[in-house]
Parts: sequence; structure tokens; C-alpha cells
Amino acid sequence: MAASGDKASRRDFLYVAAGGLGAIGVGGMIWPFVSQMNPSKDVLALASTEVDLSQIAVGQMIKVVWRGKPVFIRHRTEKEIAEAQGVSLDDLPDPQTDADRAPKPEWLIVVGVCTHLGCIPLGEQGEYDGWFCPCHGSHYDTSGRIRKGPAPSNLPVPGYQFLSDTTVLIG
Amino acid sequence: MAEFQTNNAVVKWIETRLPIFSFVNHSLVVYPTPKNLNMWYSFGSIAGVMLVLQIVTGVVLAMHYTPHASLAFNSVEHIMRDVNYGWLLRYMHANGASMFFIAVYIHIFRGLYYGSYKAPRELLWWLGIIILLLMMATAFMGYVLPWGQMSFWGATVITNLFSAIPVVGDAVVTWLWGGYSVDNPTLNRFFSLHYLLPFVLFGVVFIHLWALHTSKSNNPTGIDVKSPQDTIPFHPYYTVKDLLGFAIFGLFFAVMLFFLPNALGEVDNYIPADPLVTPPHIVPEWYFLPFYAILRSIPDKLLGVIAMFAAIMVLFVLPWLDTSRVRSATYRPVYKILFWLFFIDCLILGYCGAMPAEEPYLTYSRLATAFYFLFFFPILPLLGWFERPRPLPASISASVLKSGGGGASAPEGAAAKQEDRG
Repeated sequence: MAASGDKASRRDFLYVAAGGLGAIGVGGMIWPFVSQMNPSKDVLALASTEVDLSQIAVGQMIKVVWRGKPVFIRHRTEKEIAEAQGVSLDDLPDPQTDADRAPKPEWLIVVGVCTHLGCIPLGEQGEYDGWFCPCHGSHYDTSGRIRKGPAPSNLPVPGYQFLSDTTVLIG
Repeated sequence: MAEFQTNNAVVKWIETRLPIFSFVNHSLVVYPTPKNLNMWYSFGSIAGVMLVLQIVTGVVLAMHYTPHASLAFNSVEHIMRDVNYGWLLRYMHANGASMFFIAVYIHIFRGLYYGSYKAPRELLWWLGIIILLLMMATAFMGYVLPWGQMSFWGATVITNLFSAIPVVGDAVVTWLWGGYSVDNPTLNRFFSLHYLLPFVLFGVVFIHLWALHTSKSNNPTGIDVKSPQDTIPFHPYYTVKDLLGFAIFGLFFAVMLFFLPNALGEVDNYIPADPLVTPPHIVPEWYFLPFYAILRSIPDKLLGVIAMFAAIMVLFVLPWLDTSRVRSATYRPVYKILFWLFFIDCLILGYCGAMPAEEPYLTYSRLATAFYFLFFFPILPLLGWFERPRPLPASISASVLKSGGGGASAPEGAAAKQEDRG
């Protein structure tokens, strides 16, 4: 732009216009190549899972697959619910009330992937009667909250809604 | 032409260890190029861009495709319906193959017209033919991958060509198939090779360019560069001209891609492969049609296959079949006519190849096949003796000035300006 002093010339305009349009074109070309690696429609179509809860007895837990990952569905006992609700938030590394994590207290639904490095924790084990991850020793309580060990946060609660008293739609 | 110079410390540091900047400067910036190259010379770089586009779209498609006889067809439909922009990527790849062939065929005919195969460019020409052969093999195997009816029967017919080889023919075909018919092992190896060959192709293209930059570009007059006055630097003159070429070619590609994406394909390939039923009329992709017509024009299995391969192999000896010392058809009045006859002959062969194997097409394709080979021998060798070429211009520069009229100042001014920037 120095060629014609400080005034922008018609040629500068042409350079910027051509370059700008070229950049838009290249961006438009590149986008499909990036986008194609995102989940395809058939993957998205399987992104939610419907589960029948009627066969799960009190104190029993099942694992269901949701988006390729295990989801723990635990029909909690009165004792477990009381334990989970009785904890002071000050004792939690990642404070969260049990009511936030389990709107229906008898059903705890969490993604069963350790928040440390992605292993699957073992149920009804560990010092807090919840889950214990054998990989690096993280202890979770009966609400799936981290209590002890290297994991930084609680087992995540997936989005879900009860379609009826015995049917839940995860995702 | 100016040596590469810089004050940038990082560039200097790299340059002393790997002279990549001076290499690019030498090959793509100051590279002296004949100043009279016309638009027909754009198709080499267009073909190069198409190769890169084919590799990029191909790598991406391979992320979603499944090379298995029972899954391949559905995985292609999965690409078309489910994968984000999958329809665009697949159509780009399928039509891109045709665009690549269009560019390369124009590139070859341009070479034929301006005598670009003659000394000292014989090796450059040979490398080009090897590129064409690799392209054909790659395109053929790529066409098999969707595993539709045309894929399957195309694979069956083309691999059966090798059964014409005496004694070992059947063993060779079984080896190619990995079984007793075209089946899953065939599909798997075709996928593997279809992924490999484009990279081999890329390597040969690099050597092709190396040979080009050694013997330098031919030009429409066919006479050698005699002085710096005959040339202009590659950048910006030919970078801009090539960009214009891409823009026009890209428009054509876009029309095919967005409005006629299946015009060059066969509907039968949207029917899953069925080893028990052959479609009533099978044809190869358009870029194989002239050779297919030559194959069918000969009523003998082995001779037909030989003629088909000979139609390409004859190009290897072309530099010695053409005995004329004048390169460009511009100064060869008889060759110019014969060139266009040969071009039309190839179109007729292509048309006949698309038609059913019956009269009158068989007779047409026999006549066209006869002319195809007669053109190379004995017409071309004899023409060099009998043809009286028109007088050649004294230099490239002289030819430009003669036709341009008073354009003398423009190229010189342009050259001077270039030096200012240096």
C-alpha cells in the first residue's frame, strides 16, 4: 500500500477484494472436509436410549449402552439414599447435592466412565459403598460423586427424562 | 534471472540447511517460461490440481467406506445419505475422476498438436504415458469399489482380458481375483491398490515435472527458446494464467458436480452387484470407450486385447515414428489436417464404444481402429519425408511480434517491472 503514498489505490482494493473472495472460497471448500468427520446421521439417530426399569429390583444395578458408553442405572436402597443425602457438601471435592443428581431419589443414573482417565468403575465397592475405579483408585459414593482418589469430578449425569414410571429415555 | 535473496533470519537459517526457498523461487517464481504459451498449456497444472483433489476426497471417503462384498454397496449409500456432506465428497470424487481424464486427454492432444513428444522431451512424454496408464488402472479399480452391477461386471470383463494370454491366462486371472470369480478378495485388493496407486502417481508426476524443468516447456511455435527475450518469469504471468484456467475449468466441474452428478455414470451401478445376472448392456466409463471400441472391433480374443494395449503402447514409440524435424502443427499443413482427423477418429471410437456391439457400429469401429493405427504407421513416418513445412519464425519473440503487431514495448515493460520488484 506504500506504492501510491498513504492513499489506498484501486489496485489495493482489487488485491483485498480478490484475496478476500479467495479466502471465502477456500473456507467453503475446506468446511465439508472438516464436517464429514463429525457424527453422521445414522450415529446421531442412535444418540438416545430408551430403558425399561420395571425389571430392576431395589438394590440392583444395570449397565446400558448409550452413545457407545456404559450408563449405570441403580435402583437405590433406603440406606444408600440416606447415605447420599446425608453427606455435607463441605466433604465433597466436587460439591453437588444428591437431589440435583437424582431427582427421583430411588433411581440414580450416571455415565459409568471414570472422570480420571476413562476406565469403567466397579459397582458396590470402595470406601463409600458406591463405585471404585480399579485403574487408579478413585472412590465414588452412592450418588456417584468423587470422594477420594485422582478423579477430578463426579460421574456425570446424562440428560434423561422419565417417559412413564418405569421407562426412561436417556439422551 | 535473479538468485534467491532474503534478509529474513529464519528463512536464511532454513535455506542454508535445506534450500527449499531457492528451489521454489527457481521452479515456480523466476522460472523462465516461453512467453507465447496459450490456454491449452493450462491443462497440465489443472490435471495436477485434479490429482490432489482426488487424493484428498479419496482419503476422506475411505474414512466412511467399507471394503467388503456384503457391506460396500451399503457403505456407499451411507456416505450419500448419512455422512455430513458425503454426497458432495462422493460426487466430487466420482466426477473428479472424469474431470481428471478430460484435463489429461486435452493435455495429451495438446502435446500431439505441438509436437511436445519430440527430442529432447521423449522421457517427459514417456512419463506422461506411464501417468496415463496408472490413472487408468486406478480409475478402473475405483469404479469397482461401490460394488454395483457395473462395478462387478466391469471388474469381471476387464480382469478377463488377461485370460487371453496364452497358456498362463487362466492362472493369471485366478491370481488377480484371489478366487474363481470376482468376489470379496478381489474387492479388498482393489481397495488397497486404489489407495496406493494415486501416491505412486503423485511420485511419477513429480518426476514428470523434474523432466519438464530440465528440458523446459515446449511452446505453440515448437521452436526452442533462443534468448531471454523469448521468456517471461513463471510468476506472476503463468501463475495467474493457470489460476484463470482453474477458474474456468472449475466452473465446468461445478456444473457437472451440482447439476449433472450422474450424467457420466451408469444407472445400473445403483443396483447391488449380483454375480448371477449380467446387465443387458455393459459399458465402461467414458474415458475407456475408445479403447473398448478397439477391443471389440477385432473378432479375435487375443488380438483384440493386444490391439487395445497397443493403442496406448504405440505412444511410447511416437517420438521416433514422427520423422518430421518440425515440432508444431502450426507449421505442418498436412499434419495439422491429419491431427484433426485423428482427433475425430478418437471421438468416433469413443462413440462406437458406447454403442451396442452390433452393426453398423462394428464396421465404423473397425474403420476407425484401422485409421488409428495407420496414423501412427505408416502415415507419420512417411509424412516427415513428403510434407513441406511452412517457414519457421526466427524466434518465439519474432512470432509474437509478427502476430501481435506493435506489442514490442509491452513485454519489455513487463520484464523491467519484474526486475524492479526483484
